[in-house]
Amino acid sequence: MDETLTACHVCDAICSDKDLAPGERMRCPRCRTVLRTSRRAAADQLLALALAVPPLMAVGLIAPFLSLTGSGLHKEASVLDAAIAVGGSGTWYLALAVGIMIVALPVMRALALCYVLLPMRLGFGAARHAKPMFRFAIHLRPWSMAEIFIIGVAVALIKLSGLASVDIGPAFWSFVALGIVVLMEDAVLCRRSIWDSLA
Amino acid sequence: MTGEAITARQTGRVACTDCGRVWPITQQRCDRCGGRLRSRPANGLEAVWAWWVAGVLFYIPANVYPMLVTQSFGREEHSTILGGVVELADQGAWAVAAIVFTASIAIPIGKFIAIALLAISVRRASFLSGHKMSHVYELVELIGRWSMIDIFVVAILSALVQLNFVASLHAGPAAVCFALSVAFTMLSARAFDSRLYWDQAGKSPGDSH
Repeated sequence: MDETLTACHVCDAICSDKDLAPGERMRCPRCRTVLRTSRRAAADQLLALALAVPPLMAVGLIAPFLSLTGSGLHKEASVLDAAIAVGGSGTWYLALAVGIMIVALPVMRALALCYVLLPMRLGFGAARHAKPMFRFAIHLRPWSMAEIFIIGVAVALIKLSGLASVDIGPAFWSFVALGIVVLMEDAVLCRRSIWDSLA
Repeated sequence: MTGEAITARQTGRVACTDCGRVWPITQQRCDRCGGRLRSRPANGLEAVWAWWVAGVLFYIPANVYPMLVTQSFGREEHSTILGGVVELADQGAWAVAAIVFTASIAIPIGKFIAIALLAISVRRASFLSGHKMSHVYELVELIGRWSMIDIFVVAILSALVQLNFVASLHAGPAAVCFALSVAFTMLSARAFDSRLYWDQAGKSPGDSH
């Protein structure tokens, strides 16, 4: 229908959808929600961030996450070790839910974004089913909680401080980097711009 | 500025909430992105209230039953959500106690009140302006997820037990209830269509920001 019009997804106010100068933001005239951002190379930045997620996650899962030193013994455990250990115990359902929120969903979202953006970046045009993939990535976002997990780890370590001396390993820092990447994805992603390029 | 805005609905159009393109109001799906088009939710607030009630119901056992069960020197200690906050404060970890209190008590309760307020304001003549309501809704959407912190804490602690890092502690029945309560409340907030309170705000002539 009318390609020069857009409506705010928050308050339904209608306004003209215009091209922006680099660095400009288009806001809803009524509720001030940011509707469109124009950053140079925003799609490239988003793709770069999405590509960084799988390797960071791999390190986060395999490398030592926590280590325990005390009374002459030293132990290390990765997130994968922890998942396997809890998977066999009575609280496997808790481990499953946590695994989905901190591992499966962030990776699936990153892969979906790569699937949408990579073919376009390489000049092949939009991939088949790129549109449902992008919608999937958008709707998945609130359930992907890698950045919240980091705060949980910090709180758990302080709770343990009386019981055992547990230290953090390199995988923890990989998760911290992952959390930052996920938050940066949010900052860079402009839905309207990507839908434009997919159309 | 607020009073002058025209909505897509008023012009006989429906906007796609996924991509922002506007279509004639009779259209069912967005031709650009494939998203389902709905000018306003057909069943109003039913889904919002249904998830809200589920969230509140699960929040009660989440606070009554123990979140964490610790065994030391043959003694079992049950700590509830609030008990865990008190223990942290006793240890002198005030900042962490404040984080857990905020994530597990202040945010969930604040969210129940905020969603109820939003849902009621859609039905009655708005007692808060559209702008204030939009701040409430944005806040709810932004911070609601952070309530999951305590679930991660319990999961990490029980993993450490399985790995023989620490002696005996395990997740209590409250953990599952709390996780479900947070998830239901997130679904309640997402079922809420913010356009409804903006419609209401547009009707009250005295509304200004």
